[in-house]
Amino acid sequence: MTLPLILFYAFGAILIGSALAVVTARNSVHAALWLVLTFFTSACIWLLLHAEFLAIVLVLVYVGAVMVLFLFVVMMLDVKVAPLREGFVRHLPVGLLVAGVMLAEMLGLIGFGKLNEGGALVDAAAAQGLSNTEWLGRTLFSDYILPFEIAAVILTVAIIAAVALTLRHRPNVRSQDPSAQAAVRSQDRIRIVEIASANKETP
Amino acid sequence: MGPISMADLLPLVPESFLLGSLCILLLADLFIRQSQRAVTHWLAIAMLLLTAGLVWRASGDSALASTAFGGMFVNDGVAAICKIFILISTALVFVYAKPYLIPRRLFQGEFYTLVLFAVLGMMFLASAGNMLTAYLGLELLALPSYALVALDRDNGRSSEAAMKYFVLGALASGMLLYGISMIYGATGSLDFASIRGALVSNAPHPWLLSFGLVFIVIGIAFKLGAVPFHMWVPDVYQGSPTAVTMFIGSAPKIAGFVLAYRLLEDALAPLFADWRGMLAVLALLSLAIGNLVAIAQTNLKRMLAYSTISHVGFLLLGLMAGTIEGYAASLFYAVTYAITATAAFGMIVYMSRAGFEAEEIDDFRGLNQRNGWYALLVLLVMASLAGIPLFVGFLAKLQVLKAAVDSGMLWLAVVAGAFAVIGAFYYLRVIKVVYFDDPPAEALPAAPADLPFNLVLGANALALVGLGVLGGPLMAWCVRAVAG
Repeated sequence: MTLPLILFYAFGAILIGSALAVVTARNSVHAALWLVLTFFTSACIWLLLHAEFLAIVLVLVYVGAVMVLFLFVVMMLDVKVAPLREGFVRHLPVGLLVAGVMLAEMLGLIGFGKLNEGGALVDAAAAQGLSNTEWLGRTLFSDYILPFEIAAVILTVAIIAAVALTLRHRPNVRSQDPSAQAAVRSQDRIRIVEIASANKETP
Repeated sequence: MGPISMADLLPLVPESFLLGSLCILLLADLFIRQSQRAVTHWLAIAMLLLTAGLVWRASGDSALASTAFGGMFVNDGVAAICKIFILISTALVFVYAKPYLIPRRLFQGEFYTLVLFAVLGMMFLASAGNMLTAYLGLELLALPSYALVALDRDNGRSSEAAMKYFVLGALASGMLLYGISMIYGATGSLDFASIRGALVSNAPHPWLLSFGLVFIVIGIAFKLGAVPFHMWVPDVYQGSPTAVTMFIGSAPKIAGFVLAYRLLEDALAPLFADWRGMLAVLALLSLAIGNLVAIAQTNLKRMLAYSTISHVGFLLLGLMAGTIEGYAASLFYAVTYAITATAAFGMIVYMSRAGFEAEEIDDFRGLNQRNGWYALLVLLVMASLAGIPLFVGFLAKLQVLKAAVDSGMLWLAVVAGAFAVIGAFYYLRVIKVVYFDDPPAEALPAAPADLPFNLVLGANALALVGLGVLGGPLMAWCVRAVAG
């Protein structure tokens, strides 16, 4: 047993344990936190495979952005736990069956004996003596610069489309104007009016 | 591939120009007041025509490299024809859309920028030499289209159409991507030329290839709207604002053709025998369902949607021939159909007013007695769609059928001809309604006095006759482009 193998088994056990905790946790906030641990452990496994860029991106994007958003949503929605869990035991056999069939399919596709081979893939980064991130960056900005730029345009379109579909100019919306608030003078706020009283004689 | 050189950038001048001016338009539009919005309108049209001019110039420049960015971008004749007609038909859409958008409070810069982004996606798709550029171009076309369908936010029918379009479109993209991944797995490449080379030299993993091919054909059929993947077409055509339907119904058909051409011919030509059979089923079903169901429609936009489906059948027939003549006929069919479809939807825009969509065929009753000139234009457009001799629709159908017969698909050509005759019924019914029915009792308000609209629509409809009689040079250009 080498150190990476020991680490792999350790991370694998944590990954499976936390993934199970995601679906069994009673509290949805706890489930989201377990999911964070799942993502983080998968990032660790990727690091073992020398895919440090993917590992960092997984932590930054999924743990840092997506899960935080998720936690906000879960906290805001105030999901009732009990009704969601009603059918858990009843549906468990079906779920196990689906999972079992999927496992069998995957094993059939990949094959028991081939799991160790690792395929005929050549690590292009290692072949050039570069780190994974550096190689990825160079390839992305030289060979794949055109698709990269088109993808950037697509993201721009997504922003424009989102604004176009949601921005509404409502008339009569009350909003603060700080400069007008700051420039206000005392005579603008209060006006002293002399009212001639019509009836002065005391009763 | 080494660092990027000028030889890589020069073939992309039209795309770069469109993207650059589009970004400027996007920002400039923020500072244009609503009363001055016509500035955006004319700038957008000028951008499209200038880009078309640049494409035209680039297509005649033999010094330009035929591929750029390591084969990701292809600069050939088919790409040039497709781009020029995509740009021209979109410019027509803009001209026709203006009188429709203004009374419906949709005359905003977003309509123009989203359409222009979609055009940019189609241009990249037309020049795709790699699965990545093809897929990204397709997504750049699809994403603005979804948003455009939903642009009229307070209209429930538009939102429903947008939802259907988005879900089915995303599903189709997923199918296509899944197929691409299998082809990549089987051949080890995303580059069209390398895939083709790998398929010719050794046929690796036949099972994986067949699965990948099936998914790719399904993706293409979804995007083109071929039966049985046509379910979204009628709902989207009917639900979208007419200006958006006009766009979705015209230029993206050329993009659909070029997507099929690039993937099936450029990359997967060695699997011709396999995909020919798949396309045959799609073409037959499209011709049958499209023409037969269109007869039952009373809504003109829905009728045109089913008519599109039947036209896609013809488009596929040309691709199935697998010869230079076949591809050229399909290309000719796609570009002339785009021009015809813009004119057809221009008619609906002409008839519609604020609060009145003129979508029903009945709304065209007795048009001849109200406006003889427009009745004539409706006649020209419908006759061309029906494929009556002397019109461009006839010439396009003739070329496709000729290519089909030449490549030994006699019975398919006979069936297609029969369905074309059946299909002529519902186009002729519109002409009958226009000329021989009594106009409705209540008088409609006068037509919008938009001079550019009237002039361009007239020229567009007359061009259908002109191309029908003098379409030879365009057809010859298509043949030259496909032959390379």
